[in-house]
Amino acid sequence: MNPDLVKMIFGRLNLEALPIHEPILVGTFAVVATGGLALFAIVTYFRLWTYLWREWFTTVDHKRIGIMYMILGIVMLLRGFADALMMRLQQAIAFGGSDGYLPAHHYDQIFTAHGVIMIFFVAMPLVTGLMNYVVPLQIGARDVSFPFLNNFSFWMTVGGAVLVMMSLFVGEFARTGWLAYPPLSNIGYSPDVGVDYYIWGLQVAGVGTTLSGINLICTIVKLRAPGMTMMKMPVFTWTSLCTNVLIVASFPVLTAVLALLSLDRYVGTNFFTNDFGGNPMMYVNLIWIWGHPEVYILVLPAFGIFSEVTATFSGKRLFGYTSMVYATVVITILSYLVWLHHFFTMGSGASVNSFFGITTMIISIPTGAKMFNWLFTMYRGRIRFELPMMWTVAFMLTFVIGGMTGVLLAVPPADFVLHNSLFLIAHFHNVIIGGVLFGLFAGINYWFPKAFGFRLDPFWGKLSFWFWVSGFYFAFMPLYVLGLMGVTRRLRVFDDPSLQIWFIIAGFGAFLILLGIVAMLVQFAVSILRREQLKDTTGDPWNARTLEWATSSPPPDYNFAFTPVVYDNDAWWDMKRRGYRRPLTGFKPIHMPSNTGTGIILAGFATVMGFGLIWYIWWLAAVSFVALLAVAIGHTFNYHRDFHIPTDEVVRTEDARTRVLAAGAQT
Amino acid sequence: MKLLALLPFAALLGGCDFVVLAPAGDIAAQQRDLVVISTVLMLIIVLPVMALTVFFAWRYRQSNTAAPYEPEWDHSTQLELVIWSAPLLIIICLGALTWMGTHLLDPYRSLGRIAADKPIESKDAPLNVEVVALDWKWLFIYPDYGVAAVNELAAPVDRPIRFRITASSVMNSFYIPALAGQIYAMPGMETKLHAVANKEGTYRGFSANYSGAGFSGMHFDFKSLSGADFDKWIASAKTSANMLGRTDYLQLERPSQNDPVRLYRSVDRDLYKAILNMCVEPGKMCMSEMMAIDAKGGLGREGFNNTLPLTYDKYARRGAPLGSEPTFVAGICSMDEIKDAPSHEVNAPLDLTPLRGFGLKRPPFSPAHPSSTSLLLGQRPKPES
Repeated sequence: MNPDLVKMIFGRLNLEALPIHEPILVGTFAVVATGGLALFAIVTYFRLWTYLWREWFTTVDHKRIGIMYMILGIVMLLRGFADALMMRLQQAIAFGGSDGYLPAHHYDQIFTAHGVIMIFFVAMPLVTGLMNYVVPLQIGARDVSFPFLNNFSFWMTVGGAVLVMMSLFVGEFARTGWLAYPPLSNIGYSPDVGVDYYIWGLQVAGVGTTLSGINLICTIVKLRAPGMTMMKMPVFTWTSLCTNVLIVASFPVLTAVLALLSLDRYVGTNFFTNDFGGNPMMYVNLIWIWGHPEVYILVLPAFGIFSEVTATFSGKRLFGYTSMVYATVVITILSYLVWLHHFFTMGSGASVNSFFGITTMIISIPTGAKMFNWLFTMYRGRIRFELPMMWTVAFMLTFVIGGMTGVLLAVPPADFVLHNSLFLIAHFHNVIIGGVLFGLFAGINYWFPKAFGFRLDPFWGKLSFWFWVSGFYFAFMPLYVLGLMGVTRRLRVFDDPSLQIWFIIAGFGAFLILLGIVAMLVQFAVSILRREQLKDTTGDPWNARTLEWATSSPPPDYNFAFTPVVYDNDAWWDMKRRGYRRPLTGFKPIHMPSNTGTGIILAGFATVMGFGLIWYIWWLAAVSFVALLAVAIGHTFNYHRDFHIPTDEVVRTEDARTRVLAAGAQT
Repeated sequence: MKLLALLPFAALLGGCDFVVLAPAGDIAAQQRDLVVISTVLMLIIVLPVMALTVFFAWRYRQSNTAAPYEPEWDHSTQLELVIWSAPLLIIICLGALTWMGTHLLDPYRSLGRIAADKPIESKDAPLNVEVVALDWKWLFIYPDYGVAAVNELAAPVDRPIRFRITASSVMNSFYIPALAGQIYAMPGMETKLHAVANKEGTYRGFSANYSGAGFSGMHFDFKSLSGADFDKWIASAKTSANMLGRTDYLQLERPSQNDPVRLYRSVDRDLYKAILNMCVEPGKMCMSEMMAIDAKGGLGREGFNNTLPLTYDKYARRGAPLGSEPTFVAGICSMDEIKDAPSHEVNAPLDLTPLRGFGLKRPPFSPAHPSSTSLLLGQRPKPES
């Protein structure tokens, strides 16, 4: 066939893009394909496709979207963690002349993919998922402000994840490190598809993240229950608000900087090239202007979770609510003034470095205040050590170490000796695992009964907890040590044999974390099997304090039959104390948004367009872009956007709950 | 018993080389001091917090009904004052320390002392070293001696070293933990580092910023030698057969991994400057020249035609799929012309009328530096002798 024609049809996609000569990838593909086929067969056999499409894929219900985000995050966690295990294994064996088992071409993709996946497709979906699920319930709303946009945001995130996963089997992923600094990521030094997968994966997902940020800000600002002033919002809602403000203010910067990089790569502009007046440092500045707020985007909601959990399980009001809120806001603002601390070593002057070093340290003041607030919430409490509280205490002990090493890295002369070392790696895993992930696990264990009506199995949960926590210390404390021995990050082979033992310990830690993840998956499975024993009929299994516990578990589609009225920042605690009675009559039809398939279709086209652009299949990109526009415009003519849940259905649902509550009260 | 269990770890730690905590250079030692002082300062607050966490968690556990329980207690102005001001005080101390330390240990600052007890003397003229990060090896040029080395760096003990650092293609970071903190090596840009080694020995240096496939092998030995040994090292370089001219450099610059140590007895005098200005290739305009022209208002519309297709092969360089073919800006005068005819006037067009910036007034055009032969090198280095 005419090679020009082939090139026009397939761009640079050809059979060599399939990694059939890489046994590791072929094996992975076999496993993924078998699993995928099995899943497909099961869904088909039980005729679940229609159900999934109608009830889940097209849903605009914030609760279901939240759950789908969580599933996405957990699935991607398995991929990102597999990468981590491979790196640990490589670094544990590549000593004494051994080249390890991964060639540079593969290893460099793995550490890039690990970072990208863990931040964008594990931490972000898990955080967004929890916010999506919990925030509307906490503020007594029916749904988010823009339910369709919510569905679209989720599918865009999935689209980005699909592109990144696709790079495993079609072509390759970036070999640049997770922030893809030019000139290395520019076309001259990375001519392959890897960086393009990176760019389009993040661009597609970034649209979703930004829109979801706008959505949640609107929701929190506009849809609070009557009486819930800003200073009566639950702390998790506050941290969610700040996080989403950060998302809306910082993700456009990421979008812009990646757009400039793609212009460099696609049309030969010179924003970040070495020649023609390009300036790679501009990229480094811009990406960190997004990148530093990003870490607060992740950790603030975790702080919110810890606040809810500590107050609930100490059976006590949160100590210093006002200072907690101000601390959150101060962190939000300051997070924009510190980005340069990621590259003190690029030759900024001493005054610039000191400025950014000191602003970074100042962030530790409100963070420290938060820590004390949790501490004094526990003080004179009655602490129940259920799983969420266990994660919280583990967080408090672990996070202060990470915070301390973080402030240390903020001292520029100290950073000169520790920058890019394994000490840095230990530091940020210390705060992201010890802060964000522990928070997410606390949140998952805390809100799971709300979402599904039964608790998570405590035995497997505790097993997972101990494996995770001890695994974390085994995996990352050696990295602090190695950093002080001057070992830098992203190395593939080593020649100093005295280092090996530390990498072996770290590898053992990673293995313990693997057991922790397995135990968690078993915990989910066992809990589903034992759901009758673990059942919660009250809707409030933890004797909690905020509004989401006022409704049933799982909540009805409309969340609250009557919008609650709020008098206290622990609204549900206050209602319980004042002898609140559920209204049993006077129900009215409830206005609800309709499901729509537009979100998944739009995201599908966006993903295909990304694929076309990655492989230079221009016709495909153009066609899918036009289709995307057409569907988006077509959707504006969709006038069947809402419906009413009729009164008798509301009555049925609420009466069923009344019976369940009565039965629960008798036993 | 617990202590016994810790013993193997202590043995482990003892057998390790904590180079960051026990460096051989005064700058690195001062940086280490800051690491230690900051950590101690922070432990003042971190340790009590950890202890209180454990204590409160244990004391106020649900089963301990003897402990007081105050479910409504959620505010105390005194406590709030303490929990905001205690971290604040620590940060004020740390901030002051940071401000001073950052300025005193600024890598661009000339050294103030050789070691804690050794002031700098006039005879301690700094050793100049020009560092170039290549794919994937290090080139060290000694302009004072006219020699160069790949993947080996030598310096006399107790003599200040002045590094000027750049890179040929992508970002790297120049780091010898035993000597001083790191600084990035970036193409088309120059960073500086001042340091001094106080102990003889061989230490490890490497790139601390991932730069591509050969990154793991991008390390070198830093030899801190006595004065006599350093002279010997220079002499051995002088007897080497290798010379480093521009064409040799273009060959050397091509990507290679795990390169052996190589010494060069002579180096093209302007090589480092040409690398920094990205004009080693013949016919390419130097960045300094381009900037000098731009500072004068640019070449106007005629400047658009001043690009030539890129023909040299620098590491599988490819163009963007939708953009034009890769190009470079042609030099108005080549380095060789300048070198060969230093006393002649510049070869640039003398009538500069068509070259001024579009819509701009005609600049009072004169060479950037009176003694300079061109706009090219604003100031040429004075021959060092």
